[in-house]
Amino acid sequence: MSVLEASDLTVPDRLHGVSAALRPGEVTAICGPNGAGKSTLLACLAGLLAPAAGEVRLDDAPLAALRPRERARAIGFLPQDGEVAWDLTVEALVALGRLPWAAPAAENRAAVAQALATLDLSRLAKRQVSTLSGGERARVLLARVLAGSPRWLLADEPLASLDLAHQLALAGHLRAQAAGGAGVVLVVHDLALAMNHASRVLVLSNGALAADGPPEQALAEEVIARVWSVRARWLGEPGARALVAG
Amino acid sequence: MTRPALILILALLLTVPLSLLAGRVWIDPLHPVIANATVILVDLRLPRAVLALVVGAGLGASGAAMQGYLRNPLADPGLFGIAPGAALGAVCAFFFGYASQGVLLPVFALAGAAGAMALLALIAGRTGSVALFTLAGMMIASLAGALTSLAISLSPNPFALSEIVTWLMGALADRSWHDVAIAAPPTALGLALLWLAGRSLDALSLGEAAARSLGVEPARLLWLMVLGVGLTVGAGVAVAGIIGFVGLMVPHMVRPFTDRRPSSLLVPSALGGALLLLVADAACRVLPLEGGELRLGIALSLLGAPFFLGLLLRMRKGLA
Repeated sequence: MSVLEASDLTVPDRLHGVSAALRPGEVTAICGPNGAGKSTLLACLAGLLAPAAGEVRLDDAPLAALRPRERARAIGFLPQDGEVAWDLTVEALVALGRLPWAAPAAENRAAVAQALATLDLSRLAKRQVSTLSGGERARVLLARVLAGSPRWLLADEPLASLDLAHQLALAGHLRAQAAGGAGVVLVVHDLALAMNHASRVLVLSNGALAADGPPEQALAEEVIARVWSVRARWLGEPGARALVAG
Repeated sequence: MTRPALILILALLLTVPLSLLAGRVWIDPLHPVIANATVILVDLRLPRAVLALVVGAGLGASGAAMQGYLRNPLADPGLFGIAPGAALGAVCAFFFGYASQGVLLPVFALAGAAGAMALLALIAGRTGSVALFTLAGMMIASLAGALTSLAISLSPNPFALSEIVTWLMGALADRSWHDVAIAAPPTALGLALLWLAGRSLDALSLGEAAARSLGVEPARLLWLMVLGVGLTVGAGVAVAGIIGFVGLMVPHMVRPFTDRRPSSLLVPSALGGALLLLVADAACRVLPLEGGELRLGIALSLLGAPFFLGLLLRMRKGLA
């Protein structure tokens, strides 16, 4: 089974000996207060940041030993900024996800068409990116990652800056990827989103792992009080929880 | 072959013969009454036209690559400081009196370009950081500019002074097959390296982190850019002096006709640069001007500066 495993990751001033074995088929949310090291951990897992100590292993081989293109085929990464420098068409942008593959053109086209269809974007294929709404743009950027058919999908705050309907839709797409066998790892700021959509939550506090487990456990009220120094209560049913302060 | 590239090739097939006929002395292809028409064509105008194509292609493609690399439509190959470095090398050849030996001037210019490239790589090569690279390039450009001014102010005699100043203006007048032989091989090699960088430049459209996650190696890309831009721009400056704005204008003009990926901009920009330089050079030859012909470098700056200003004004809405 494909496993992405961090052992004793240390990045000066950011992470202090974080270990976690991530499994495919799960949506793992990385939570924590500002500056806790969430994005740093994600960048290490994606192979974009070399830790000062410790290592990340993919399927029992050190990630650092993989050639960049091999790593890129296995791990898709969606950064937070969502930058697109040129006004590409949706189709051309999504096709960038195929760059790590030296595949025949027909195969690339099929993968792009499938990624567009998966995220319900086929009718936007010829549109310029600049004409899209925020929600459409977020889906297009996710489709870019899916087009590379990575076994691991790592995303930094993919749900931030989306309205409720788009958050739910995109979270649904991410869960579907996990259900299809991919490993999904997300940095999530909004604890209710993590609670409702993740199957596992890692809580970071000051660069160290403060909790790791199913959301009900890792985001229990006492953990929130300890890590965020906020007294808060969960309301609602499992899968539709809301967090209220006080 | 994409449609814009095909159209540009057709345009070139049309303009190259026309440009050969144009000049102070017009040649009528049907009634070549001038006795030495063949000499004018083969030894004067043809090498000049080929040189315009070579230098223009290099400047156009390196401009497109630079805009892709810096993710900025206002970027220009001059930002790397390689053109000023090459100019400084050429000015040194004049200053120390080596310029009269035909081979040495371009060799000095290429050495200057190589020096600027080495300095760039030394300062920013390990990190592969785009910002550090641009700042280092600007620093090198200022340094080379200052040293060029120093050479002008200390020039040993008025002849050297006037030669330096005239040469810096950039021109293709009185060039020979010899110059073509000097400029073409490094330009071809540089174009090939920029072509190799195309896919990485496409990935860079999504930002540095996303590009790296797609398997782009920043250090490899940086070397391709330094060598590619260095060879094309260095070779251009070596035979034609400083010719600005081509690398800025041409990618802009062709971008709307492509799918806007940096890699699909490279070939049309090379062809467009070749076309622009060929037409501009022919126009310089034909314009009736007291005291000789208009310098190509000046002509393109006169075109380019208002173009740049127009671009800034158009972008101002987005920036403000």
